[in-house]
Amino acid sequence: MSEVTVSEAGPRGMVTIRGDLGEIGRIVAGIAGTAVPATGRVESAGARAFAWMSPDEALLMLPPDELAEVLGALNAALAEHHALAVDVSDARVIFRLNGPGWRDVLARLTPADLRPAAFGAGVFRRTRLAQVAAAFWLPEAQVAELLCFRSVGDYVRDLLENAAAAGPIGPRPD
Amino acid sequence: MLTLTCPYCGVAACETELAPGGEAHLERFGPGSSDADFEAYLFLRQNPHGVHIERWRHAMGCGKWFHAVRDTVTMEVFGTYPAQTYGPPEEIVAKVRERHPDWQVPEGGA
Repeated sequence: MSEVTVSEAGPRGMVTIRGDLGEIGRIVAGIAGTAVPATGRVESAGARAFAWMSPDEALLMLPPDELAEVLGALNAALAEHHALAVDVSDARVIFRLNGPGWRDVLARLTPADLRPAAFGAGVFRRTRLAQVAAAFWLPEAQVAELLCFRSVGDYVRDLLENAAAAGPIGPRPD
Repeated sequence: MLTLTCPYCGVAACETELAPGGEAHLERFGPGSSDADFEAYLFLRQNPHGVHIERWRHAMGCGKWFHAVRDTVTMEVFGTYPAQTYGPPEEIVAKVRERHPDWQVPEGGA
């Protein structure tokens, strides 16, 4: 019996944004319909999410059927700026951890601080999952989404399923 | 386990999320320099028993290079700061001098 189900989130449009977010953040957020994410955070609006990746990189996630329109609008709006918006939907894969034990599953695999005070809603944590780079955040209560390169997707799925099968960490309350 | 706070994203990253880059603030000797200077630039590194300034890359995170000042004996971390500089900021130097009053920023550092 597992408290967490691991599943692939299905296709999602992903646009990588390179540039000075202080300069272009508002433009991208205006097109995406979200707020501008602060350092290390993600801002969501409906099915769209705008995540801070590094001081000069952000990732916009959105439903695949909205991708072409948003990418066109971004490229038009960023034409006069030193910035880049590129469709990287095929580069990465998203997994969903659904259930109250998601924190235990991640804690088995990553050195990141997962205490609620350090990792709560709105935090976008890029870190290491066993041997590969990954990022995770909390789109809704009891659900964690995890992003990794598609080339290591099979490895990450095995990691997550194995960690989920092991049950909760620590002594049981009863 | 060494934990360094990335000055760009503010994440307290453990050693396994970082890639080490060796001694910081090397002065580059390129074409036209003497053989001795070039050899020293390429191969000769500090290996201090105490305070050391190092380069690290937040490889499993934001991907940026930064600097860290730490004590190689006690593993105490005095601070981290961004890479776009020639030497450690004053407040980190002051923190080092609380423990090592005679410490000087090594040659090559500003």
